[in-house]
Amino acid sequence: MAIESEENQGDEMETTAAKNSLSDITAARLQKQPGNSALGVGLEARGVHAWFGEKHALANVSLDFWPGTVTALIGPSGCGKSTFIRTLNRMHEFIPTAAMAGEVLLNGEDIYAPGVDVTKIRLKVGMVFQKPNPFPSMTIAENVLAGLKLAQLKVENKDDLLEECLERAGLWSEVKDRLNTHGGALSGGQQQRLCIARALAVRPQVLLMDEPCSALDPGSTLRIEETISQLSSSVTIVIVTHNMQQAARVSDYTAFFLSDGGPGQMIEVGSTNEIFSRPKDERTENYVTGRFG
Amino acid sequence: MSTIEKVPTPSPRKPWAATPIDRAKTAGILAAAIVVSVIVLALTPLSGKLAFAAVFFVAYLIIDFAVSFAKAGRAAAVDSVFRGLVTTAIAIAVMPIISILVTVWIRGHHGLHWTLFTMDMHSNSFTDPVGQGGLLHAIIGTFLLVIVAMIISVPIGILTALYLTEVRGRFTRPIEFLVQAMSGVPSIVAGLFIYAAILIPFTKTVNGIQGSLALAILMIPTVARTSQEVLKLIPEDLREAGVALGGTQWRSVALVVVPAARSGLITAMILGVARVAGETAPILLLTGGSGTKNFNVFSGSLGSLPNYVWQAFSAGTPESITRAWAGILVLLVIVVILFTAARILGNRKVGKK
Repeated sequence: MAIESEENQGDEMETTAAKNSLSDITAARLQKQPGNSALGVGLEARGVHAWFGEKHALANVSLDFWPGTVTALIGPSGCGKSTFIRTLNRMHEFIPTAAMAGEVLLNGEDIYAPGVDVTKIRLKVGMVFQKPNPFPSMTIAENVLAGLKLAQLKVENKDDLLEECLERAGLWSEVKDRLNTHGGALSGGQQQRLCIARALAVRPQVLLMDEPCSALDPGSTLRIEETISQLSSSVTIVIVTHNMQQAARVSDYTAFFLSDGGPGQMIEVGSTNEIFSRPKDERTENYVTGRFG
Repeated sequence: MSTIEKVPTPSPRKPWAATPIDRAKTAGILAAAIVVSVIVLALTPLSGKLAFAAVFFVAYLIIDFAVSFAKAGRAAAVDSVFRGLVTTAIAIAVMPIISILVTVWIRGHHGLHWTLFTMDMHSNSFTDPVGQGGLLHAIIGTFLLVIVAMIISVPIGILTALYLTEVRGRFTRPIEFLVQAMSGVPSIVAGLFIYAAILIPFTKTVNGIQGSLALAILMIPTVARTSQEVLKLIPEDLREAGVALGGTQWRSVALVVVPAARSGLITAMILGVARVAGETAPILLLTGGSGTKNFNVFSGSLGSLPNYVWQAFSAGTPESITRAWAGILVLLVIVVILFTAARILGNRKVGKK
């Protein structure tokens, strides 16, 4: 019902992308109620802009990530998806010329507020990178537990945590006999799942994945997608992907980003079903049907 | 019943390898070049080994070019000539090194005697027959000097590199420039600096630590620059992964970046040692050249291999010169041992990239 009323108002809503997105998400929430309150209120971006030096890379993105869902960010290269995802755990500031505007609320609190401990934010909002990047000096087990060392966290039983994280990342059965060998000997797909296990070990509330399968073969990609589906009940997942079938397969919501030469913008967001079957914006339709991009 | 017929596995071949005809052709070109060189030397006023080598080189390149050109055209001929040039460059670069090693062995191995490693020179003079007295004191001295210099310079050098690559503070540019400029400092300048800054005003005498300080001045830029290059090679991804897991920058560098760069950092250390192990000028100025064993770098004249070699050459008798060559041989062997040890340490337990 909610979806239909949304469609009736569609014409008015297209005036501003930001407003549009919020209403869409609201509609989507009515449609799907994950309601896992243990995961907190969620992650909300409010009017996020990003710059690299003089270059305005991303303009006015407002987007909510509902707990326990998977949100896919799609769009052609250079549209600001990766830049946006990196503003969500304050990795954006890692680039010396970077600047940003807007707010990112985690459980209702702005992660860019003065006095916020950035390391705590990154503990709650974990990240998996495009290229698998296990730590080369560490064994498989050490890699998984590296976050505990880095963030100086104490855990009761490391062996249990190790098994649990590898199990959740779908890697346990493949590596349980060689936990003390180096991660470099694993295949690319296994390395990426090792990185997912590593990210899970510090118990993040949100997991950001920046094109996690783009360096992997189809078999490993499928394996990672299964992992994502299994994780989505316990972690909020945001995934950037160039692969639209992947977005359709793994995500509950999809946001379409596009740059018309200027800063990247979010054109449309909605339930994945909607975006792929009846997008409101013509540009989204062109992209998801493969007419450009 | 299987329908798949069993195909015998063919034996592996290398169809691209040089055939006997190719080898004969190469030998022919070499022979032709030698013949041409002999003729040219006979017909012109040119003479001597160097002239022969130069004429041979030019003749070889021309004949090689002509043969390749006739067979496969211009591109292949140019390719062939460049291969010749590169091979020659390698030969020119390696020849002096081999020549040095061979000379040191030929002249030095007569002087090798077990007493070299068990005795010092406190009751012998350099002109005594080989086999009396030894250079234990010099080996001890060189080890002490290098190790103390390492203890001082390796932490400073690596921390400097970390400042340049990880912290990237406001002074990155000037410090980078300074480090580069310092790596060109002549060793005698480092020696004179310590001489003027420490020996003259304070100690007024020679001792080991002053030599180590001068060597450290020479080592720091080498260690810092090499470490910087190594740290630059660590993918940005790893730093980001460390920080994204909730580590502070310091913990990310200490637990992820430095371990990942470990073997490279050890190489940096080796290069630093290589820079100073045979340094003579600052040591002559600052440490003295005692012939007696001295384990204390903080006081007393400290003998060292470069100093021993210098003193032995100065004595000028056949015995003392043989001693000097043996000293050089021992110094070379020690440097090789240090390198090998550091390599083994560096490669141990480091995972694949």
